[in-house]
Amino acid sequence: MSAFITKRLLYTVVILFAASLLIFSLYALTPGDFITGNIKLTPERKAELREIYGLNKPVLERYAIWLKNALHGDLGYSMAQQKPVLTLFNQYIWNSFLLAAVSTFLTWVTAVIIGCVAAYKQYSWFDTLVMVAIFAAMSLPSFFIGLFLIKILAVDWKLLPPGGMIATGSQATGLAYVKEVIHHMTLPVIVMTIMGVGSLARYIRGSMIDVIKQDYIRTARAKGLKERKVLFTHALRNAMLPAITLVGFELPALFGGSLIIEKIFNWPGIGQLYLTSFGLRDYPLLMGFTVLIAILTVIGTLLSDILYRVADPRVRLQ
Amino acid sequence: MSTIGSEITKAGTAGTAPVRSSMWRQAARRLLKNRLAMLGLAVVVFMFAFCFIGPLFSPYTDNKIHLAQMNKPPSPQHWLGTDALGRDVLTRVMQAGRISLTVGLASMVLSVFIGSLLGAIAGYFRGICDQIIMRLADLLLTIPGLPLLFILGALLSDWKVPTEYRMYIVMLMLSLVNWPGLARMVRGEVLSLREREFMQAATVLGLRNRRKLFNHLLPNLVPLIIVIASLNVGGAILSESVLSFFGLGVMPPTPTWGNMIDSANNMIDFQKRPWLWIPPGFSIFATVIAINIFGDGLRDVLDPRPRK
Repeated sequence: MSAFITKRLLYTVVILFAASLLIFSLYALTPGDFITGNIKLTPERKAELREIYGLNKPVLERYAIWLKNALHGDLGYSMAQQKPVLTLFNQYIWNSFLLAAVSTFLTWVTAVIIGCVAAYKQYSWFDTLVMVAIFAAMSLPSFFIGLFLIKILAVDWKLLPPGGMIATGSQATGLAYVKEVIHHMTLPVIVMTIMGVGSLARYIRGSMIDVIKQDYIRTARAKGLKERKVLFTHALRNAMLPAITLVGFELPALFGGSLIIEKIFNWPGIGQLYLTSFGLRDYPLLMGFTVLIAILTVIGTLLSDILYRVADPRVRLQ
Repeated sequence: MSTIGSEITKAGTAGTAPVRSSMWRQAARRLLKNRLAMLGLAVVVFMFAFCFIGPLFSPYTDNKIHLAQMNKPPSPQHWLGTDALGRDVLTRVMQAGRISLTVGLASMVLSVFIGSLLGAIAGYFRGICDQIIMRLADLLLTIPGLPLLFILGALLSDWKVPTEYRMYIVMLMLSLVNWPGLARMVRGEVLSLREREFMQAATVLGLRNRRKLFNHLLPNLVPLIIVIASLNVGGAILSESVLSFFGLGVMPPTPTWGNMIDSANNMIDFQKRPWLWIPPGFSIFATVIAINIFGDGLRDVLDPRPRK
């Protein structure tokens, strides 16, 4: 087990280095930089600024400098906001995390309930209905459903605020502030939950159907256990085993925000920050964000592999 | 299929061909019985007819600017109203569908081609080929997809690619992002197939690698590839719409469903003229859900592996 983890960790580190170099070169290829975009500067001043920011050096040298600093825990300095990238991340990431954590929690709870019931009543009208709804949720363009719900619920019916985290110019503090944030996050959380629940519910339904057919479920029923106990204690536990590996894949989404949802709902998260910086070509920030997601992705995959081995002894033996 | 089948017959392994054709016929029969999948297929066919034949019946295909007809709500003349340049929205939705469906299909074909070819090579030859291809796939899978597409989209804008050609490059971009996942699936399947008896028989017969790979291995991969391909089209259509919505995909005046929804970024259009952006959104939704349901039906009848 530890040999497996060591090997995987080493490989992960190598892949991360390669990925960061590739991302860096791609951003270096991307046209324009933060200084080109500023029309107020004279050409001399621009050259001077490029010198200061080190933008005139060759790509590989810039990458080496970036890597050296990154390894020391310094992701650079945002040119547009004049703050260290890590400070900015710390400022925005928790807003993203709030949305993602609540919606991930709701997604899992809903998916487990729907998946279990659909599997239990396989081929019933409820199951068919659920399957169609699951396909619908998997086929929705998130930006469109977001806009559509804003139009209906916020603009037409005025039930919920259309976007942002707090009302414009709001001075609310304490409990009033919490209430306001909850009010604002309802709509994005609904959309994110809808987007996530489809594939997960399908997965759980499938794995539940496999488990229900097993002999130990028949044994549990034969012992005279209540159907509810059979379903939720004996069946669900085993059906959740393969789903556990999916937890790792949620990691990038939890901390990386959602570019589309945050843009549509004007949520001050890290995805929104990325999109704004992309327009400004604020490279240190873009680079930091992309590498952060890459790191979260590989850690998530690694975590999934390990969880899979921990959860299922059959895999460990192989 | 028929050419591959006849070649095998010529090669003296007669008897496999009829068995295979009956497998396909069986699958078709089971698929026809799946009412939900048939409904999905019907909707897909309808959407294609709507987009490719529909404009022939529209009097507004010239896309001429009618200033007197600007931003009119739906009416008997313009069923879905008109846009800011007085163009008929229904006709635009059909024309946009042509582009969106073409981009979705073409990028699927390309990514499935690259993915299954590389996946098959990696799984079949193993060793250094496998290492290179799969490490490359891992690398691409590590980089988050949306930022990668954004960077590529921004590069396109800088290289001043003419709008008519952007569509082709968007196809390439989507395939570049999609193939690693497909290659992984195909490689897994090849790894299990190559240990089977019929492959050992092919080795014992002394067949060359090329023949073993193309005549014996690939035909057995076809069901899996069809399933992956059908489920991939929907994803490609969605990705294209996201990219175009952010102004980094196919650009106006070439309409796509994604860039038509872009009008929702304008406050007045968003609040007061929903006919501009709701129809293309529902077109995407209807097409993708139909493709996914049909693809799932295909998986039921074709995929030999146990379902997850």
